[in-house]
Amino acid sequence: MFRLEPRASAPLLWQVATPVLAVLATMIVGGCLFAAMGFDPVAAIRTIFWDPLFGPTAAYSRPQLLVKAGPLILIASGLALGFRAGIWNIGAEGQYIIGAICGAAVALAAYPMDAFWIFPAMILAGAAGGWAWGMVPAVLRNWFGASEILVSLMLVYVAQRIAAWMAFGPMKNPEGFNFPGSRNLQQYEAASNPDLIANSGLHWGGVAAVLALAATWFVMSRHVLGFHIRTAGAAPRAARFAGVRPERLVALCLGVSGALAGLAGLFEVAGPAGQITESFGSGYGFTAIIVAFLGRLHPLGILLAGLLLALTYIGGELAQMMLNLPAATVQVFQGMLLFFLLGFDILTRYRIRRRA
Amino acid sequence: MMIDPLSVFILLLGAATPILFAALGELVVERAGVLNLGVEGMMITGALAGFAAAHASGSPALGFIAAAVAGAALSMTFAALTQFLLSNQVATGLALTLFGLGLTAMFGKPYEGMKAPAMMPGPLGLNWMIWLGIALVPVVWWFLSRTRPGLILRAVGENHDAAHGLGYPVRRVRILAIGFGGALAGMGGAYISIATVLQWTEGMTAGAGWIALAIVVFAQWNPWGVLAGAWLFGGVTVLQLRLQAAGVAVPVQLLSMAPYLATIIVLVLISARQKFGRSGGGAAPASLGRPFHALK
Repeated sequence: MFRLEPRASAPLLWQVATPVLAVLATMIVGGCLFAAMGFDPVAAIRTIFWDPLFGPTAAYSRPQLLVKAGPLILIASGLALGFRAGIWNIGAEGQYIIGAICGAAVALAAYPMDAFWIFPAMILAGAAGGWAWGMVPAVLRNWFGASEILVSLMLVYVAQRIAAWMAFGPMKNPEGFNFPGSRNLQQYEAASNPDLIANSGLHWGGVAAVLALAATWFVMSRHVLGFHIRTAGAAPRAARFAGVRPERLVALCLGVSGALAGLAGLFEVAGPAGQITESFGSGYGFTAIIVAFLGRLHPLGILLAGLLLALTYIGGELAQMMLNLPAATVQVFQGMLLFFLLGFDILTRYRIRRRA
Repeated sequence: MMIDPLSVFILLLGAATPILFAALGELVVERAGVLNLGVEGMMITGALAGFAAAHASGSPALGFIAAAVAGAALSMTFAALTQFLLSNQVATGLALTLFGLGLTAMFGKPYEGMKAPAMMPGPLGLNWMIWLGIALVPVVWWFLSRTRPGLILRAVGENHDAAHGLGYPVRRVRILAIGFGGALAGMGGAYISIATVLQWTEGMTAGAGWIALAIVVFAQWNPWGVLAGAWLFGGVTVLQLRLQAAGVAVPVQLLSMAPYLATIIVLVLISARQKFGRSGGGAAPASLGRPFHALK
């Protein structure tokens, strides 16, 4: 039989290899699942992972890659800070929705004015909204010891209902023929967030995502704060002796990840989504959790993981159109991916030895 | 506006049942020292499996059995990852939830719009599942506090190294607990599709699994506390629905936040009591969420 021997440190080889192994295993098991459902597994996997980039419709789907990857990376780079420190913000979806609502509120209040400051003000409002929504679990944990996992998650459901209320009530488009949903910001130039280069899929959200990655890379590897975060996650008691104030880390990690999720929501509502609707939240906040783990909480990894999961979104849509695969296939894939990743992770943390 | 207390109480019992089942199951899991955040995923899987089986067989009872099997089966994924591959329990639980939601969205499509078979009425006009849920409370309490296996389970949850040293099979105890939790979560989910909503819709558990997790904390890991918590939330849910039906001048979307906000408030109150109260140490099992790895 085998036995497990803890490793003193995680070797780089396995740190890089396990996400790749997890993706391969997901493809194989996913292919088996498709075969069991009566689809051609090779065609399905190719449609999801290859065709969006190099297939016949790639010209249309390639820009979509950046559209989807932007918010995922932006949110995940914030979440990774907290996950490193053992602070579990799993309510990014709610912070994303509230950021979008706050940003859209600025735009709708200014409508139809045309001024240069409207879009910057929206950005501030979006970040502030997400920050505030993320600070609720931080404050409740710091003051009362309430679990940030459960509070941040509960606030997702609250945020979803606020979005529905906004779409049917205060933000309903007065010229929208009584349909629920706000004005479309794509048609309001001062507030819209179009592609910076036409048809590239790169809007301000993509730029913000790259900036966020650079900033988190700097903080984590070059700043004492990153050291504090890593110590708090690896050895909470030792961190206390080293002068780390856990309350501050909780407020910082939840606040920053909330603000970044809020920004992602703002760029989405001003750009690709265009308006606040009942179902504005599209699950980016939850998928970003997978992105953060798949990227090993490292900025470069998050970049690659964000692009890969964006690919599964687009590939999933394509497979739905071309092969009639169920729409939820992508969700199953994403869940499986996280399972495999967590499972293979044992290779980075333990050495497998044959029992003598 | 009149709200008849008795009819509210009867509705409350129904609204509390899914959460009661799921929270009782999770309580046993957590008393064994394992934090499974996948309750929502197991509930939604139970909701679909139970509905599908009940619809195909025409028997709600078979539906609940299928739901228990499906919930337990899904929980074994969590057990394998956390007990054998020593993965992080928080992340694995989240993965279970995301996977369960995806899986049911994928396989649930054909069942949308179908109707569930009628539940068999039980004593006092309440169905058998409500009674079973209430009956499980003293059973779980008795098992945990008055039986030898219950004592071993608690020992494993409080200090897995000591339990291991005494020769108790930590891993096996935990796997059994996880399976029990999965079965109960599945049945709780099936109650929503078979007995409450009477049909299958995607994502229909709507956070009930997370509320169940909060109830376990609220209950301070005590089965009777779980009953009180589940009834409290059943009450909030029913009142909120009653107010909606009565046409109160508050938007429906805001009223429907009530269960989630109540969860947060209750969680804060109980955490604060524990933090500032005189009771000293918390009631949480000491090994909760910590991976166990015997070095031999």
